[in-house]
Amino acid sequence: MAFRDDWRRVRAIAMKDLTTELRAKAGFNGVASLAVTILILLGLALGPDAQALRNAAVGAVWLATLFSGVLAFNRSFQVEIESGALEPLLLYPGPRWPIFAGKLLANLIFVGLMVAIVMAVGIVLFGITIPERWVTLLAVAALGVIGLVVLGTFYASMSSRSRAREVLLPLLLFPMLVPVLLAATTASKALLGADLMHEAGAWMRLLIGYDLVFIIATFIAFEHVIEG
Amino acid sequence: MTEKLGTAPEAGVAPPPTSRVFGLVAFAAVIAAQAYSIMSSPADRDMGHLQKIMYVHVPAAWMAFLAFFVVFIYSVRYLWKQNELHDLIAASAAEVGAVFTGLTLMLGMIWGRPAWGVWWVWDARLTSTLVLFLIFVGYLALRAFVDDSVQRAKWSAAVGAIGAINVPIVYMSVKWWRTLHQPQSTPGTLDPAYTMGLRLNAIAMLLVLIYFIRKRYEIARIERAVEHLAEAQAMGGR
Repeated sequence: MAFRDDWRRVRAIAMKDLTTELRAKAGFNGVASLAVTILILLGLALGPDAQALRNAAVGAVWLATLFSGVLAFNRSFQVEIESGALEPLLLYPGPRWPIFAGKLLANLIFVGLMVAIVMAVGIVLFGITIPERWVTLLAVAALGVIGLVVLGTFYASMSSRSRAREVLLPLLLFPMLVPVLLAATTASKALLGADLMHEAGAWMRLLIGYDLVFIIATFIAFEHVIEG
Repeated sequence: MTEKLGTAPEAGVAPPPTSRVFGLVAFAAVIAAQAYSIMSSPADRDMGHLQKIMYVHVPAAWMAFLAFFVVFIYSVRYLWKQNELHDLIAASAAEVGAVFTGLTLMLGMIWGRPAWGVWWVWDARLTSTLVLFLIFVGYLALRAFVDDSVQRAKWSAAVGAIGAINVPIVYMSVKWWRTLHQPQSTPGTLDPAYTMGLRLNAIAMLLVLIYFIRKRYEIARIERAVEHLAEAQAMGGR
């Protein structure tokens, strides 16, 4: 029973965040446009040689995702703080982890949609041919997005309440995401080619391990962090 | 709000100063160990006297990782027990660790340029040390940007613990990605002519590390004592 109640809380918070986003749309449109703009700038900086662009495509897509995703995370807590809604949210009875899980779920959908747009634009701009194993490629992207969103949401719960949050979040988050960036880009590159070394599977296992470790660690730490 | 005033009363009291003798001994040990190792070790077959940089570079790298381990232990202990002193120890170790990590990276580059012909290679150990440095920087930036002392302690403990979990994962991922570093310099991989010097320097550097952390911790406690006083006065007490 208790778990069912928690799950309802998770859903309620995720729905609330998504509804706010859906009504305003400004947040998503802004962040997604920024991601596409970064992608175009990277294309201009690295092009115009078609082969060079194809080689850089995966890295460009992931960098655009990281740089624009970072804005989404701060937003998800900033909205609460600006309207003074975080305190009442914490006053509700029950454990705190559903708040984190709900925000996480909303951010996953938010960033997932953004990545879908970025990937589509990347395929067009950088001249990528969709490989046979596109399902695996999507799985790599999904695993990478989970890692990004888990740590992004967790760090944003602190940075959004500090001074200089715009600087602090990327400063904390990006060094943590080095394994995600390496694993996701290397695995995607392998899948876009022939994956002769069969390395994509190993990188995916690393991503799964990374995601699990940090999901557990952030859920434990969130209780301490959110009260402060 | 009463909780803030009540936390660990001993944290509001300035500690006795760290012994100056200990510091003098630590630095004398560094000078002696350096002198011994530079005099005693023959020129390396391939690297010549360039090898001498190892006597600072390698111990500094060990101390950097040791310092981050201290950050991890005291961050976890803080999250567990909420003792403010643990937060101050973790913060002191992080600051000193950042210095040692920076030193390691700089010396490594100075050595790498003549030895490898490049300032930087994207190998596992170099890259993960750099990432470790960035995690330290993030940790210290967080502390600088948060004013409330309880919030600062909780948040930096979480960042310190989670950052430390990430270090081995970073190392592993970069290693898979690309590896080029020569085998690590430990007493086991060295010619016996160099091991004594390396051991002595490691011990000397450890003394310096302890001295720095203690000194920084002492300053941190004085700062906290001042903050406690200011808080108490603002609340109209004393």
